[in-house]
Order: sequence, then C-alpha cells, then structure tokens
Amino acid sequence: MSTQLVPTPAQTVGPFYGYALPFEKDNELLAPGSPGSIRLQGTVYDGAGQAIPDAILEIWQPDAEGNIVQRTGSLVRDGYTFTGWGRGAVGNSGVYTFTTVNPGPTKPVPGKAAAAPFISVAIFARGLTNRLFTRIYLPEDTEALANDPLLSSLDPERRSTLIARRDADGGLTFDIRLQGEGETVFLDFQ
Amino acid sequence: MPEETNAQLESDELVPPAEPKAAHLPLDKAIETQADLSAEINAIGDAYQRALKDGAQPEIQPRLDYPPYRSSILRHPTKSLHHTDPETIELYSPAFGHQDVHALESDLTIQHNGEPQGERIIVAGRVLDGDGRPVAGQLVEIWQANASGRYIHKRDQHPAPIDPNFTGIGRCITGPDGSYRFTTIKPGAYPWKNHLNAWRPAHIHFSLFGSEFTQRIITQMYFPGDRLFPLDPIYQTIVDQDARDRLVASYDHSLTEPEWALGYNWDIVLTGPKRTWTENEAYGDAGDDEE
Repeated sequence: MSTQLVPTPAQTVGPFYGYALPFEKDNELLAPGSPGSIRLQGTVYDGAGQAIPDAILEIWQPDAEGNIVQRTGSLVRDGYTFTGWGRGAVGNSGVYTFTTVNPGPTKPVPGKAAAAPFISVAIFARGLTNRLFTRIYLPEDTEALANDPLLSSLDPERRSTLIARRDADGGLTFDIRLQGEGETVFLDFQ
Repeated sequence: MPEETNAQLESDELVPPAEPKAAHLPLDKAIETQADLSAEINAIGDAYQRALKDGAQPEIQPRLDYPPYRSSILRHPTKSLHHTDPETIELYSPAFGHQDVHALESDLTIQHNGEPQGERIIVAGRVLDGDGRPVAGQLVEIWQANASGRYIHKRDQHPAPIDPNFTGIGRCITGPDGSYRFTTIKPGAYPWKNHLNAWRPAHIHFSLFGSEFTQRIITQMYFPGDRLFPLDPIYQTIVDQDARDRLVASYDHSLTEPEWALGYNWDIVLTGPKRTWTENEAYGDAGDDEE
C-alpha cells in the first residue's frame, strides 16, 4: 500500500438531523407484512439507563439468501427491490423499528471459517461524537455463532450484547446500550 | 421552552427535542459560562500537547469521551471499541444512484418559489478513500441552518427568522472523479444550550458513504477564520489542530462565479478501504448487476 491519506474526522450528527436525514419508508427495507418480512426493533439507552430520543440508526445487511445486494433505490423505494440498507430514527421513547428480512449466511471467503449471518449497524446520536458500529446476530444458529471469529473473541457477557432476541411474532429485538452495565460491543475496523 | 401537547409530540415522532431530558445535568447548568468551558477545553488541549511531546500518536478522530460537550457524558462507550476485521456485508456499501437523488437536489437555493436570503455560496470538492482513489457514484447528504443561524426544525428555539425560501437540505451523487458540488447559502452561527452564551461556528453537516460500510461518516464542514473555533466544545472534540483543520473549507476563487456566488473547496478523505482481492473475488458477482 502506498502513502495513506489521513481521514477527515467525524463530528456529531447533532440534534437537528430530523428534517434532513429521514425520508419516506426509510426504515422499510420491504413493505411491512410482505412475505418473509420481520420487525427489527430496539431501544437505545444512555449511561443512566434512560432511553435516548435523538439517535438515528442505519442497518446494512445481506438478503435472506445471503446475497450482498448492490442495487440502487434505497431513497426512493419502489416497493419491490430489496436494497439491504435502511435508516431509522428512534421515536420519543427511544425505540427504533425496521421492517426487513432475516439475513442469510453469505458465501464463505476461501480459507476462512463461515461467518454467522449478521446485520451491520451504524449508530448516530446527539452527544455521540462519532458513529458507532455494531452487529446484530440472529439467535438461532448456535453452531455458526460458536464459530464466529468476532463472537468467539468476546467473553460471554459482552458476546451476548450482539445477539438479538427472537420475538413471539418472529421479529427481532436488539437493544443498544451506549454506556455502563451491559454496554453493547462497538467495533473498530481500523 | 414552550409547552407542547401530547398530540403534537406524537405527530412529531421523528423530531428529537431540542433539550431532551438529561438528568445528569444540573438544573442551573446555564450558570456555566464560556470561561468555565474554555478552561476545561484548554486543560484537555494542554494535556494533549504534553502527551504529544512525550511521544503519543496524533489523534485524528474526535474523542468519544469529551466532557466539555456535555451531551457526550452519558453517551460515550466506556469500554474500548473492540478491534475486529470487517467481514462480508461490512466490506460493501449500499448502492445509490440517480434513481435516488434528483440532480436539482444539489442546489439548496431553488427549492422554493423565491430566492433565499443570505450570501450565496458554492461548496465543492472530492470524496477520496485513504488510498487517494475517488469515491465515485456515492451519496452525499448535507443539512444546515439558514443565513441567520436558524434550522427548519420544529424544536429549534433560536429566535432568528425562518427563511420561507430556504430549507437547508441537499443531496448529490459523486461524479466519476469523486466530485460533489452544492449551491447554497452561507449558514449563520447558531446558539445552543451547552452552557451560557454557547455558539456553534457556522457549519454544514455532511453525511458520506464510501465503497465499504466501515467508511460511513457524518461530519461538519466549517468556514475559514471563524472566531468561534476555540470556544466550541463540538469542534474541540477533535483535540489535534491538524485534524481539526481538515474540517475547514478553503476559500477558492476558481470556484467563485462572477456576479453570482463565492466558492469554497473542501475535500473529504474516508478511512480505508479494507477490502482485499480475495474478498472481491468471493463476493464480486453476488448481485452487482446494476450500475
């Protein structure tokens, strides 16, 4: 690799993204109620255990068959194309919601162990000076979870913060704790 | 802050309150003055300078834990970020294209019937990755206050005039050379409630995607020579002067258009990339059959 440019630093999303970043059907990767669709929801908590009302999340995931989709149309959804990306601001009670699918397992990289399927998440909030990345793993495939390189590098308590709960309606619940007891594992890729 | 009814709150779900409940803040937090905050900011800056002299690596990103920015106190992780190699989906970015963004969305001065008030400007530059390669065909979103420092946001209580001809939202898709270009109005400084007499330097919020989701960034662009820089706890969350300078656009007369608008240049460098040849081979045909 040749000389690396120094990256531009981040700044907080601030409090006033609400008229700019959200857009129609931003959190509907597919139409609610359509076949295979699930609700992904959760609450974002601060270090005092309070739900925070001004966070905005993005999810980015493979489709149900594990394909990494490279299709445009996330901002103007046509109702048919699954783009794999969505954006959802939390409401006043700190709850975010997405309509999406369970991500399928992606094709393993040659020479690497098969990774358990996960949804990649970026979290932005007033008071958060840079975005945080985490992963939402599905709870079911315990063997794939046991073999996952990231999960197996974490102690059990921290590991559990990355695994969603399966709801009775088939959906997923994944709470995010920015600080303190049960603090979610956030990732650094650099 | 005026009282709001529950009905208003419910109809306003996407809009965060200007001052959400913050039990950690003293009720009389407004008694904290700029001098108090500047003392904290300077103490952190001095400690950083000493660390640099002792051989510490320069910091290139904002600190997640930066107490002078009061809202960060309960919102920063206390455990170290967990280092991991990006995998599968993280090595790709969502795709955006001209289906998503209309060409006119890059001009913030033509979104209403009349001309907005203020100083018309052009902000242009390139989005590059860490190897210096252009980030082509990717989404850039911006938002900002109007010329008087007022956001079109229901909870913005700043008693400065709303401009009926200015919303302050723009989008574009980068060109093949990573270029972007917006026509807008120079935003005003904006007062906020971090402490008494707190003012944000004029800034434009930028949201950027790279070729990998790990490169996702939201940041703010500033204007050269702003006297509020040393006083602003958000700008100062980046403790390194060289790193802070990377957020300041340059006045560029070659971008200025005669009898029309002043030009500012600001290039943005994303982190990474991290994707390797092996992973390209593994995923290359997974669905990139469009654009």
